[in-house]
Order: sequence, then C-alpha cells, then structure tokens
Amino acid sequence: MIYNIKRDHSRFRQIVKGKIKHDLKKYVTHGEMIGRKGKDTVTIPIPQIEIPRFRFGEKEQGGVGQGEGEPGDPVGQGDPKDGQGEAGNQGGEHMLEVDLTLQELAEILGEELALPKIEPRGHKTMKSKTEKYTGIAMQGPDSLRHFKRTFKETLKRQISAGTYDPNEPFIVPIRRDMRFRSWKSVTRTENSAVIIYMMDVSGSMGDEQKEIVRTEAFWIDTWLRSQYKGIETRYIIHDATAREVDEETFFKTKESGGTLISSAYKLCEKIIHDEYPPSEWNIYPFHFSDGDNWSGEDTKVCLDLLDNSLLKMSNVFCYGQVESRYGSGQFFKDLKEHYGEEHDTVITSKIENKEGILQSIKDFLGKGK
Amino acid sequence: MSNDFMSSDLTPELARHRDQIRKYAEDYGLDFFETVFEMVDYEQINSLAALGGFPVRYPHWRFGMEYDQLSKGYAWGLQKIYEMVINTDPSYAYLMKSNSVADQKIVMAHVYGHVDFFKNNYWFSKTNRKMLDAMANHAVRIRAHMDRYGQDTVESFIDKCLSIEGLIDPFQSYVGVKRPTEEREVDREPGKIKTDRQYMDKFINPPEFLEEQRNRMREEAKKAKRNPATPMKDVLAFLLENAPLADWEHDVLGMIRDEAYYFSPQGQTKIMNEGWASYWHSKIMTQKALKDSEIVDFADHHAGVMAMAPGQINPYKIGLELFRDIEDRWNRGKFGKDYDDCDDMVLKARWDKKLDLGRSKIFEVRRVCNDITFIDEYLTEEFVERLKMYTYAFNRRTNQYEIVDRDWTKVREKLLFQLTNRGQPFIYVTDGNFQNKGELLLSHKHQGLDLDVRWSRETMTSLAAIWGRPVNVETEYDGQKKLLTYADGEFTEKFL
Repeated sequence: MIYNIKRDHSRFRQIVKGKIKHDLKKYVTHGEMIGRKGKDTVTIPIPQIEIPRFRFGEKEQGGVGQGEGEPGDPVGQGDPKDGQGEAGNQGGEHMLEVDLTLQELAEILGEELALPKIEPRGHKTMKSKTEKYTGIAMQGPDSLRHFKRTFKETLKRQISAGTYDPNEPFIVPIRRDMRFRSWKSVTRTENSAVIIYMMDVSGSMGDEQKEIVRTEAFWIDTWLRSQYKGIETRYIIHDATAREVDEETFFKTKESGGTLISSAYKLCEKIIHDEYPPSEWNIYPFHFSDGDNWSGEDTKVCLDLLDNSLLKMSNVFCYGQVESRYGSGQFFKDLKEHYGEEHDTVITSKIENKEGILQSIKDFLGKGK
Repeated sequence: MSNDFMSSDLTPELARHRDQIRKYAEDYGLDFFETVFEMVDYEQINSLAALGGFPVRYPHWRFGMEYDQLSKGYAWGLQKIYEMVINTDPSYAYLMKSNSVADQKIVMAHVYGHVDFFKNNYWFSKTNRKMLDAMANHAVRIRAHMDRYGQDTVESFIDKCLSIEGLIDPFQSYVGVKRPTEEREVDREPGKIKTDRQYMDKFINPPEFLEEQRNRMREEAKKAKRNPATPMKDVLAFLLENAPLADWEHDVLGMIRDEAYYFSPQGQTKIMNEGWASYWHSKIMTQKALKDSEIVDFADHHAGVMAMAPGQINPYKIGLELFRDIEDRWNRGKFGKDYDDCDDMVLKARWDKKLDLGRSKIFEVRRVCNDITFIDEYLTEEFVERLKMYTYAFNRRTNQYEIVDRDWTKVREKLLFQLTNRGQPFIYVTDGNFQNKGELLLSHKHQGLDLDVRWSRETMTSLAAIWGRPVNVETEYDGQKKLLTYADGEFTEKFL
C-alpha cells in the first residue's frame, strides 16, 4: 500500500499559488515564464520551492564535465547541473527546467487553460505548395527506386520466363523491372491570420509592465501559431502618436509623454485596411495599456473607431490592462461601460502582476474565436 | 494486498526471469539481502519516488513537489523512472508495469547489484535496515503531533528542521566522536610569591588565600568553558541537547536527524553505487540473460542510462567505467611500483602480467571505498583522458560556463571537492553561549568558496526559530572575515 500523495501534492500547489503558508511564498522559484528561447524550443521552469540551506554562492562553484572542447570553450547550454549529491531525498540545487518545442508548449497551454480550438473564419486564401508521393513510375532517379515493387516485377518476369529456381532464388532485375516513386504537386489553401499588437509606451508604463506584456504576447503568439499556419505579426507602439515598429523595438522602447490611444487605433485601422482585407484574414488586434488616456474626448474617438471599423474587421478585439502605479485604469472602466460585461468581440482583461498572466490569456483566448 | 486486481506480485514469466537472474548474480559472487520485487504503475512509482522509495512517510508538501515534477516529467515524455530500490533488509525494489520484459530483466540485474552494495559496502554498515518500519513510525508520530498542534504549526517546524538537515556529521557513526565530558582538572596552581625562607611561606602565601584563589580560578575556568568544548559538526545533535524545544519539537527534530543519517551513505556512494549496479546489469545481461531478440532493447536502455550531457557528470557512466578500468588494470597488473616507474608509453599500453586479479579487486573496492576514496585512489590520467573529462567554471566576463582545464590532477581535485561533504559548506557549532548571552555561534570553515549570503540569512532565521535566541555565523566573504548576526528579526554584519 502506498501512502496517498495527492494530499501533499495539493498542499504544494496551494503554497505555490500563495493560498497557504505565505512565509514559503518567497522561496517559490518561478523564474520567468519564458526561460531561454532557442531556435524552436523554449525552456520553462516548473515551479519549485527551495528550502533555504547554507550553500555556496550560485556561480562560484564550477564543476567537472565530460565531452569535447578546448579550454575556453563554453560548456553546453545554460547552467550545468551537478550529477552528484542527489541521492535519496536530497534534491538538486538548481531550478528544474524543461525543454519543449513550441508545438508541445502550445498543447500544454491549451490543456492547462482548457482553451478551445479556434474556429477560423474567412476564405482559405493562403496558398502553399507541397509535394506528395502518389504513384509508381517506370522512370525516375535511383534515389527514388522502389525496392519492393522492383523486386516483385523481377520475380514475376523470371517466373514467367522460367528462369526462377526456388532452390537458388537469385533475382536479377533488368532495366524494364525498375519501378520508381513518383509525385504530384498539391496546392493547399489555408486560413491566414494576423496579430496586431499595440502597446502604450507612455511614461507610466515601467519595465515590469513591459515584461508582463512581453510574456503575455509570447504565449498568445504561441497559441495562435499552433492554430494557424503562416501567421503574421505587426507591432505598434504609441504615446501621443503611434508608429509601427519591429518586435525588438516593441518590447524595449521606453518613451515618455502623453497618451492618445486613438492614435494607435487609427494606425491599426490603416494597416488592416491597406494590407489585410478582413474577408481573407483572421485579424487579432491586442492592445496593452495601463489604462491612462489623455482625455475623455480621445476615449470617445477610440470607441467610435472600435464601433465603426475595428470591431467589424476583427475576430476579437482584446484589451489588456496592466496594473501600474501611475496609471488611472480609466480606459478599462470606459470600455466596460460601453460594451458591458459580456461582449462578442471585445474582450477585456486586467493583469495585476505576473501571476495574473495565465488568467488573462484564458480570458482572451477562451472563447475560441 | 489480497485483491487480485491490485496485485503487485510478479507475473509467472517475470518470476521465472527473476529466479534466473538471481541465480546468475549469485554465481558471480554477488551477496544480497532477500529482495522483494513489486509491480507498480507509473502513478505509484512516481509517488514512491517522491517519497524517497518509502511507501509511508509523514505528510509534507515537498513530497508533493517531487511528485509534481515527476508526474509532469512523465506526462510530457521527458523522464521515466526505470528502477527504484530501498536499502532495507529485506530490500524492496519496484518494477514499472508498462516496461518491456527486456527492461524488467535489466532492472532486476541492476537491483541485485544495488542490494549487494547496500549489504556489503562499509559505509552502509551502520544504517538502519528496518528503516521501512522507522519511516512508518515517524509518519504516525508526526501525524499525531499534527492532530494535536495543527498541521500548519508542525509542518512549518519541519520546514525549519529541513533547512538545516544537512548540518550533520556523516562520519561520526564510523569513528565515534570523542568529546570530553569530564570536567577538566584545574591544571594551574595559583601563583605564589617566592621566598627563600621556608618558615615564612605560610605567612607570605597564606593557605586560606591560596584556597580562595584556587576556587576563583576553578570558577572562571568553568565560565570560560565552552559548550561545545570543541567545534561540533553535528549541529542537529547540539540543538537536540541544548535548544529550548517543546517535547513534540524535540521529537520532530530527532526524526529529521535520523532520516538525514539514514540517507547520508547514499550521498556518499552515489558514483560507486550506480557504477556497481550498472557494471552488474551489463555483465549479467550481455553474458547470460539476454536473448538475441532483446539486444536492441538492451542497447537502447543501456545507452540511455549512460548518456552524458555537457557540463554534467553521469555517476552511472563514471562509476561503471571506473570499475571496468580497475578490473582491467588488476587483470593486467597495471599497478604498483614497476608500472608507475615505467615511462615507455608503448610498453605501458601493452602492459600485461596476466594476474587476473580484477574481479577480486573490484569486490574489495566495493566493500571498503566511498566515492571520495574511490576517485582519489583509482582515477588515473589515462582514464580522465579516455573519458574526456574536464573542469569548468563560470566566466563573469563572457557570462557563461567555460571549460577551464583538462589536466587530470585538476579534474580529480575538483571532483573530490564536490564530493567532500557532498559539496556543501562545512559548518560547525562553536559556542552555545556566545558573548555569554546564550546566543548561538556557528563557524563556516572557509575553503576558497564564499557562502551565498541571501541563503545563509534565510537559513539563520530557521536556526533562530529553533534556538530561540540570536544566531551568529562566522564566515569569510570577499577575503574578509565577517560575523553575520540575526537578532530580533534583523540582520547585521560586522568585520572581525
């Protein structure tokens, strides 16, 4: 009989969530939700609580490894973990990390948050060509020779010619027996989608807020990518004026000054209008801000823009409000007031801190649109 | 369990394999406790592994954490536990139901290797072989405390104990610690004023005064006498004797200490233990038990176990290779003065005195060595070169770990350092009445590496909670001797 571990497990999960034993909360190592991002894989740390012990400084230690390389060469990827001292109940000292491909990550995300599959709309317009092996041909390159079919042909010919001797089963193919795989080009049409990220970079958005946006954008990206092939992303930053930037700038820029949200919405509308006809594209505008807008006047302009064009063109319009010390959070209230608690195409979500990210992703993508 | 549905007995086929493998192992001279194999599913093996192999442990969230990691790792296809065995008499080993028969056979062979090691290695000789019962008793006692004082209270105290569970002296059970318990004699006579005239002596140095002086010195010596008299590595024992603990707290701390001692030989023999078991699973399988059809499964499994990741030492691999290396060297007589003095590389490579002492040598090594002596004694230049071992360190300039050296003495030194005290800092209790204020003073024996200050501070809060009074730690940081103090919820540091 094995002692029921489920109780310990649920207790651990409650501590991680901060529900019980708050004194332990500080030892929970979440790290960043995105660890390293390699070419196709990401490393995500599993939450873990480390009981404090006397130990040596983190990077002081170094160690012994095995493998190729000259002195001065870097050792593999990331932190090496020591292989010793892990016997029995002695846990390793390092954070547990997991390498996953983006596809796997999206699956886990979908499962954890119970996200529904997205029902794409619009026509399938993206064309992609793929080659498929469909049949057998008499001619072809040697690399595509079909051994089994060639063998069969030879056997048939030899038996009918009477040159086959079961006691000495030699099979000698001649040119005529050769069979090769042949292929066809298939054109496939797919749904296309674009995500347009807009972020308020006015003075009130600090580094912590941007970090939250960055993490959230990453997860949204991962999920939508798993649902659509060939997704496009565009980035808009705005304070009092808006401009389109690349991904790097999007997350790093720190501007200051006022905030005119309408500027971003106008630019977004323009981009969609010029490049992404809604009949052919699934469009996902995401806007992140701390909710501070310059004036009620501008908010009216924003609501107008949403009502008259953006909402009609988008699958959903998502507004994420990041909690900040300086922001008033007024815009969130304005949206709620205008669209009510539940709206088909407008989804709003408040993200109070890093832990709030998962819930917010669920808010945004939980409708399957 | 009587229920057939839940039966954990081996299937008749596996029972046959077990008897066979057991026979092979005995023929090779392995000597093990009775070993009970149980079939478990992945859920059960994850639970068991989380509990350190024991089916019954006290309730604690960290087992849940282990379970969380193991089951996620299994669900995501990242890891899988093949084998688990616990050091008790009889020994218990677990087989995962979903494994292939070839896998089960490897695991059985591997397990017999482990159990032989448990039974015969000197460093396991002092462990409690009835630990299964002890663990279950601990669970019952801790549950009773929880019922009485509340789960949160008891669990929080356990957290604090775990924070210092490494502060034990793994060697004391082998040597017996000599601690002067008797009061030391006052060896100094009070100073007399010198006189040539004997008859004047009792007037110049009146006996009553001398007696008074003697008493005063005795008194002072008593005061000056420290508790502990000499620095003590088993901090937990000191706390058990001296900390103002409630009865239940005393009980809990004692159990945590017992369990820490029970697990300590496994930490001391990780490389050897895994190496020995791998040596035997490989030997038994390839020479006796393997069917032709299973060779690919075996190779696959074996390669998985032996895999090396950059920047890591795989104890299975190093241990196995070192045992094989020793066997080979003693078979061919590649040891001793003649061999060491020979500087002809060709001659050395071809050296073969046909002594055939290899097998008996590795049995001797498995009896007397622990990882430290194993590496210190038997790691050779050729071996380090063959296995492409190197030392690495963190380069602050490039912000990455880099290979530092391939010199075999450096590799050995680094490995030994990591193995000594399990790579943990040496911490001693030096005074239980520091500054005559009943404060606790610990000393860190600095050996080139600084303590992590943040973690030390957190650990000191745990200690203070147990000790009930301020806690001090003497250490060295950036080349400066320092005294860290935690008193009344505040940390202070001062240079010494």
